[in-house]
Amino acid sequence: MVPRITALGRPAEEEATATPAKPSPKPSAESAPFWAAANRGELMIQRCVTTGRFFFYPRTYSPFVTGGDTEWVQVSGRARLYSYIIDFRPPPSFGPGPNVIAVVELAEGPRMMTSLVGVEPDPEKLPLDMELAVEFDQRGEQAVPVFRPVAQ
Amino acid sequence: MKPGSVAIVGCAESDSLGKIPDHSALQLHVESARNALADAGLSIGDIDGVAATGNFAIEVAHSMGIQPTWVDTTSVGGCSYMLHLRHAAAAITAGMATTVLITHGESGRSRNGAPGYMIEDFSPWGLYELPYGVGGLYSMFTVPVLRFMHTYGVTHEQLASVAVAQRTWAEKNERAFARDPLTVEDVVNSPFIAYPFHRAECCLITDGGGSIIVTSAERATDLRRPPVYLLGSGEASESPIVSQMADFTSARAFRASSALAFAQAGLTVHDIDHLMVYDAFAHLPIYGLEDLGFVGRGEGAAFIAEGNTLPGGSLPMNTNGGGLSYTHTGMYGMFAMQEAIRQLRGEAAVQVPDVHTSFVQGVGGMFMAAASLIFADAQP
Repeated sequence: MVPRITALGRPAEEEATATPAKPSPKPSAESAPFWAAANRGELMIQRCVTTGRFFFYPRTYSPFVTGGDTEWVQVSGRARLYSYIIDFRPPPSFGPGPNVIAVVELAEGPRMMTSLVGVEPDPEKLPLDMELAVEFDQRGEQAVPVFRPVAQ
Repeated sequence: MKPGSVAIVGCAESDSLGKIPDHSALQLHVESARNALADAGLSIGDIDGVAATGNFAIEVAHSMGIQPTWVDTTSVGGCSYMLHLRHAAAAITAGMATTVLITHGESGRSRNGAPGYMIEDFSPWGLYELPYGVGGLYSMFTVPVLRFMHTYGVTHEQLASVAVAQRTWAEKNERAFARDPLTVEDVVNSPFIAYPFHRAECCLITDGGGSIIVTSAERATDLRRPPVYLLGSGEASESPIVSQMADFTSARAFRASSALAFAQAGLTVHDIDHLMVYDAFAHLPIYGLEDLGFVGRGEGAAFIAEGNTLPGGSLPMNTNGGGLSYTHTGMYGMFAMQEAIRQLRGEAAVQVPDVHTSFVQGVGGMFMAAASLIFADAQP
């Protein structure tokens, strides 16, 4: 069930049952190959056939060329920490928190929101540009990409 | 549109703001609409256009007995009302409407008759952000700021100074929701809502309404209130989800909408006496100052921390106290316009001397949409 978000508050209280499961995405027509790859343990994103530029999130056409053709490519899974917040009032499925909501920049260029694993929710442990590698977190029938710091 | 060809002739908020548990969202719309009609000296028969977010436009018109022949239901978040004004100006100058009522009402705090905010599981939001625990605007709108702070060396104290500057304005404003004195130390020593944001750096959650009435400059001269002219406007959109904003240190939609407004008005930042930048969170005025061109890249935070936007400063900004201290019902853009119009009429709670031009920058969603308006107390 999709949480209801109030104006600026927490998800509606009726959602707050005993530790609900984290959201499990339902693949859309545009994004099905991305999610199928995740279930194989692969990070696949699209590349514009005309310009060779990668992009995220999945779309029908390349955003760089009118109606441009796209191709799916398995990428390295390497990324760096681009920005983040530490949520001290996360939704129940991420509770009690704090929960890091991160944006990473893939080695191939595009950015994506994600969760970080294997690191404490502490600014001292979360320097921007920290090297990361993709892993997958199983959410029911769907795996979602998450990122872990790479040991230096 | 020729600068100054339309004017605001009615402008009012709901009777009270803040905690109004006995009023539904629709009642906050219509109460402020009644007040704006009284302010303008107009009646329902004078209104031929209505605008509000989504179905509220129809509900407000029908419940008040207005029979519109022009309707705008644009709903792009907090700056929607600013787009409504821009669209109404185009309609009036094109002869499609004569006098347009734009209404806002939101029971953000009490949730009385308030529509929910949905994240659809098939949307980019539902697919690419919801799985990571986003749970409220404070956990999305805030995501870019650490990259901004890292890029330009902005300190936590400078971010806190935005909340402090706006509280300074609100302390003197009896209608402001948060008026207790606040220091930078108070802010940085308080608990986090979402690091690096403390509570005072996040917007209020209030109930309230506001409405404006716009007509042609010719009609405006026959009405009872001093017209506030629209000299220029702009609108733009960027990403539906904050994680896909192209540049975490600059809002493309801010840059695009403000450039349109300045170009249409034929003005530059040096011509602006008073500034409103929609402040759902403390970083927005910093982005706004830089993206609108009032300061250079990386200079916005220091500009505020040094006191330039305070009473008596070189660029009075968010002079009602803003979304951080005045009111924030959810879609604050109407209240940013209300304050600019009051300043130009010379009737603000904390009046800035010699305001002849005001720039209003709005945002919708999480850097998703933007609108810019330039108002003046005289035609160019």
